[in-house]
Amino acid sequence: MSTFWSLWIIGLTLTNLVLVLWVLLANRKVAVRDDESPENRTTGHVYDGIEEYDNPLPRWWFKMFIATFVFAGGYLAIYPGLGSFEGLAGWTQEKQLAQQQQKADALYSEQFGKYNAMPIEELARDPEAMKMGLRLFANNCAVCHGADGGGNHGFPNLTDNDWLYGGNPATIKQTITLGRKGVMPPWASILGEDGVHETAEYVLSLSGREHDAELAAAGATHFKQNCVACHGADGEGVQAMGAPNLTDDIWLYGGEPADIRQTLRLGRNGVMPAQQELLKESRIHLLAAYVYSLSLPYDEQE
Amino acid sequence: MKNHDIVEKNIGLMTVLVIVAISFGGLVEIVPQFFLKETTEPVAGLKPLGPLELEGRDIYIREGCHVCHTQMVRPLRAEVERYGHYSVAGESVYEHPFLWGSKRTGPDLARVGGRYSDDWHKVHLFNPRIVVPESNMPAFPWLYDNTLDGKHTESKMRGLRKVGVPYTDEDIEGAGDKVRGVTEMDALVAYLQQLGTLLKEKR
Repeated sequence: MSTFWSLWIIGLTLTNLVLVLWVLLANRKVAVRDDESPENRTTGHVYDGIEEYDNPLPRWWFKMFIATFVFAGGYLAIYPGLGSFEGLAGWTQEKQLAQQQQKADALYSEQFGKYNAMPIEELARDPEAMKMGLRLFANNCAVCHGADGGGNHGFPNLTDNDWLYGGNPATIKQTITLGRKGVMPPWASILGEDGVHETAEYVLSLSGREHDAELAAAGATHFKQNCVACHGADGEGVQAMGAPNLTDDIWLYGGEPADIRQTLRLGRNGVMPAQQELLKESRIHLLAAYVYSLSLPYDEQE
Repeated sequence: MKNHDIVEKNIGLMTVLVIVAISFGGLVEIVPQFFLKETTEPVAGLKPLGPLELEGRDIYIREGCHVCHTQMVRPLRAEVERYGHYSVAGESVYEHPFLWGSKRTGPDLARVGGRYSDDWHKVHLFNPRIVVPESNMPAFPWLYDNTLDGKHTESKMRGLRKVGVPYTDEDIEGAGDKVRGVTEMDALVAYLQQLGTLLKEKR
């Protein structure tokens, strides 16, 4: 803050206080003092026969005003209110925040530090840690993956042990830290609408679903030409690329024939946002353990 | 009070004195903000919104998002823990009008950029209850159907330039063409995804 604006603020604030104090003190004087003219105790205003007393402020009221001045003086001395003057207490909202954060860090760092040193497999079987993991999950992950981790259309189910990018602890942690970008390209222009239908029937056949054998046979050719690069020759998917397994009848974007055709036509680009810039490493570690725990056998889950 | 009647009986004088009395607050609390470096300098990396984000912002205002969502993370631990770095004045220097707000029905959006995927935003705006079953946010399905015509994009940018947003001629040139035909959904999501991405603090 420049000296000019600092003085501007100080000057106006103090002038204001002085003026208000003047109004308050000036109000103590009455136009005609009662002891000088005991008969005349009114202001002389008469409204329909109702006269107005000319009295100073009641004493208790006056004292309360004085108390506000004392408060204002103390406040301006202790807190930053007068231009660049920082106040005797040196209070700023940033400092207060830093103090609050330090206090919280001291409180939680021991806990998080202990969990940070534990491997994810072990952490996932620690009931106390998983209680914290659950809360972190609810705050940060549940809007997409669901409060129970059960997923949603376009947002993977984390409880079914069917992994797009791999379900070992390190991979889960990597997925959370760096995020993921699905890259299923659109095929409408390459396959044509007939090709899309045929390929969809073949994809249905991979998981043993009801399908049209004739169309599926034609679709197999399209699949060999276009799809095996990511989904593998047998359609079991490739986790390194995040290409889903098409044989397990688990569908991220819906398993109805119409859904599959839509996926083929327009492609899919599911995005898991990277958390490394958003969440502390200790939180990510605990979250990875929680996500890992969701797919553990039920009797091992905490 | 002596001489009180002079003020009471001259309405013109009283008006002047009332104006003097009530202008102190504004002169001390508002006027200096227009000239202080802390409030007028943009934060590092701040750029004026591109045409698509700018149109998205207008949709945000049109749909009344700011009525329930603030864009102001206060410097309190609970807020920083939930949303990220607290908001600073330098992030809002190109905002006309600013959308800070003071009442939260929904969560604060000042740091929502990059937090969710585009797909999530689209599903959520189409019908929030698809992804958040307990949400009471209204659905905005028409955002998928309406497209931008870009008719006013350039004049909006020129107007903003008049009040100090540093758009260059190249920025404004053809801005309308860039957004023509884009759905309102894409514009709004583009706007949301850039919110608050300049200051990072890990939660």
